[in-house]
Amino acid sequence: MPNLGTQTGQFEIAPISLWRRGMNGFVTLAAGAAVVLVLLPLGAIFAYLIYKGLGSINWAFLTQTPKPVGEAGGGMANAIAGSAYVLAIASVMGVPIGIGAGIYLAEYGRNRFGDVIRFTADVLNGVPSIVVGIVAYGIVVLGQGHFSALAGGVALAIMMIPTITRTSEEMLLLVPNAVREAAYGLGVSRWRTTLSITLRTATSGVITGVMLAFARVAGETAPLLFTAFGNQYWNWKMNQPTAALSLQVYTYAISPFDEWHRQAWAGALILIVLIVASVSAVRIAAGRGMLKGAN
Amino acid sequence: MANQALGAPRLTGPQPVAKPEVVSSSRAETAPLIKAGDSRIPDGIFHGAVLSCGVCVLGLVGVIVYQLVTKSALSWHAFGWKFFFRSEWDPVNEQFGAWPFVYGTLVSSLLALVLAVPLAVGVAVFITEMCPRWLKGSLAFTTELLAAIPSVIYGLWAIFVMVPLLREYVEPFLARYLGWTGLFEGTPYGIGMLAAGIILAIMVVPIVSSITREVMTAVPQQQREAVLALGATRWEMIRTGVLRNARAGILGGVILGLGRALGETMAVTMVIGNRPEIARSLFAPGYTMASVIANEFSEATSDTYLSALVEVGLALFLVTIIVNILAQLLVWSVTRGMPRRSNA
Amino acid sequence: MGVGIKVEHLNAWFGKTQALHDISIDVPANHATAVIGPSGCGKSTFVRCLNRMHETVPDARATGKVRMGELDVYNGTAAVQIRRRIGMVFQKANPFPTMSIYDNVAAGLKLNGFHDRQRLDEIVERSLKLSALWDEVKDTLRKKSGASLSGGQQQRLCIARALAVSPEVLLMDEPCSALDPISTGKIEELIFQLKENFTIVIVTHNMQQASRVAEFTGFFLLGKLIEFDKTEKIFTTPSDKRTEDYITGRFG
Repeated sequence: MPNLGTQTGQFEIAPISLWRRGMNGFVTLAAGAAVVLVLLPLGAIFAYLIYKGLGSINWAFLTQTPKPVGEAGGGMANAIAGSAYVLAIASVMGVPIGIGAGIYLAEYGRNRFGDVIRFTADVLNGVPSIVVGIVAYGIVVLGQGHFSALAGGVALAIMMIPTITRTSEEMLLLVPNAVREAAYGLGVSRWRTTLSITLRTATSGVITGVMLAFARVAGETAPLLFTAFGNQYWNWKMNQPTAALSLQVYTYAISPFDEWHRQAWAGALILIVLIVASVSAVRIAAGRGMLKGAN
Repeated sequence: MANQALGAPRLTGPQPVAKPEVVSSSRAETAPLIKAGDSRIPDGIFHGAVLSCGVCVLGLVGVIVYQLVTKSALSWHAFGWKFFFRSEWDPVNEQFGAWPFVYGTLVSSLLALVLAVPLAVGVAVFITEMCPRWLKGSLAFTTELLAAIPSVIYGLWAIFVMVPLLREYVEPFLARYLGWTGLFEGTPYGIGMLAAGIILAIMVVPIVSSITREVMTAVPQQQREAVLALGATRWEMIRTGVLRNARAGILGGVILGLGRALGETMAVTMVIGNRPEIARSLFAPGYTMASVIANEFSEATSDTYLSALVEVGLALFLVTIIVNILAQLLVWSVTRGMPRRSNA
Repeated sequence: MGVGIKVEHLNAWFGKTQALHDISIDVPANHATAVIGPSGCGKSTFVRCLNRMHETVPDARATGKVRMGELDVYNGTAAVQIRRRIGMVFQKANPFPTMSIYDNVAAGLKLNGFHDRQRLDEIVERSLKLSALWDEVKDTLRKKSGASLSGGQQQRLCIARALAVSPEVLLMDEPCSALDPISTGKIEELIFQLKENFTIVIVTHNMQQASRVAEFTGFFLLGKLIEFDKTEKIFTTPSDKRTEDYITGRFG
């Protein structure tokens, strides 16, 4: 019979040392502190946006163009409209190409060539926005001879395409192959299946991806600095410089005038509200859309 | 003998409950309704259309490289490699040297990482391992919300809220207690390298944190359980069971954050002071590659001036591409093979 | 009325692996033919070669001759056209998730360009009656999505969808394997009635099912057709020892 009797004492497990327990508690505290430290600026930013900006948002602000330097009043109506205009131009170019490339990757691109495109899209996502501005400047502004809304649109489209491509691909891949097979089995052609069945099934996801790309570029300033350039007045021509909300906030913020600082806060508040609203609207719509085609 | 197990097959079939009457006429009517067309041509056109969209993506990189290289050629021929090591930035005399900007970019980004990484990893650890379930979703959402705030709004808040705080409280405090390091001397303007580093850090935290969370979650539960079963405390479990395994991915996230910091323009431009100076103190103003382009591009008067700025842009492009590729590879090495979680 | 299918020397591959070896078979018109065999014997592959679904898998190919009535399935006709005349019901019901019940049934017609509203209504009703689903869904045709039905109902919906385009042949790839016995029973009843107007080929791993619904049975093993005969004969006096071994449960 194995003689364990005298040896059991050596196998007693020591209680966890104070050091280890203390360390555990300390780390928990530290991690919690990190969360607080990170949330602090978030809270502060929103708080200040509301505190400093809310008071300045009124009907005049939303409907008037900027007044000349030194005069009080005026608004950012043209900047809000300008942002919408440039975003629309960007979307017309970026969304079809992005979704098309996503369709290619999901349905036809499960091969080496597709991998190259995927990799390129991921690389493009990391290009600094200021560099995209330089490129759009070179392509459009130099060609036309002046700053323009079109140039701004091209810059933003370049930024939208890789994001939309990857999210569209992801959403299309989520559609089970059985659904495609059902369509093929009915004698539906491949292009029809891809558009009317596969894409349709993935619609809410694809739209979410588009809106998220949209929200991301809506707040961009750097690529517009020397493409859309900014404008004091209304502009609906594609080949003329246009105001944009983010540009206007920037210009006013770095100016020496208190009046303009006040308006910068208001413009920033509108900008963040629009971005958060569009992201939330997308999440809600996607949620409801998904329930409609419930599994 | 073969069929005893089954019994005789019954081909009479199950008794129908109700016999459908409409069977006989079904065939003849609808047969000609569907056009008997061949779909090969439309299929080919469709394939071509989406293929060209895919090629567009490739083309974009080509266009970017082409534009940057051709427009910077002038400056490249004028100054060569030394462009990045000279400090003279004199548009009037057409002498350009980008070293102050390179320095400024590196220092501000490094400072941002030093501040951001511990915070981001701490947040990620808290959310994945320590957080009560009901809190998880909202915490994750709020940290991602940080990523949605545009750069210019960060800058706005930084100029009017953060900088005064730095000027009045933080920088004098640092100067008094840590001035001996040489990093905190000179007049505390508020604006300067420190401000740029801090605001960059805030902007980089969400990226590093979300990647860290992703790779931490990709570590299989068995790893955690194995360490716990050995009698480890929770922190020890996290350290050896999770962080150790996710090391490569976390490093990837950090490098991705670096990539973001390098290219960040607006917020940095608004608080860094925009002076092409090199100083040891973090209180001093500085200049980054992205900032000089943002500030001076639309006012560049001569071709060489513009070309110099584009060359700075080209360098920025190359550096961020390399950094991002490196980061992607590292992140893939941990999450590859793991099923993709939906982040909805 | 359905047509017969004549298969001659059909071979099929997935990449380099050969899945079917020299299959020759005469599927008679207006009867139900069962295809049985152990897992991996190629029965699904065989059936998918009949309507050229096999080639939708990357790197898959097939050689040989398949005639459906007067139509040469592989030569001279586009796959899309073949599939409009041969319907398919899959192992797991796959209704289109974003479409209503009505739209699901009408899908085959609408997607191929047929839009006459009134005729569509008639065809949808007829198809749902044919698949014994009409009474259960007639009030919620457009309101409920195809995916909100139970498993057995979904499969009957898929049958209705396949029938709506009036194919001459209906291929069924283990249609009941994912269903409970009651749904299975309903679908077997269906097959029994559909035989009068369609030619049915049903893949099944359930021998009792084969004996219940099919007049002819083909036994496949390792990609080869071992025996093809009247069901009664296969199950009582099979000619090949391998068939007998499978029937009596010695393997598979």
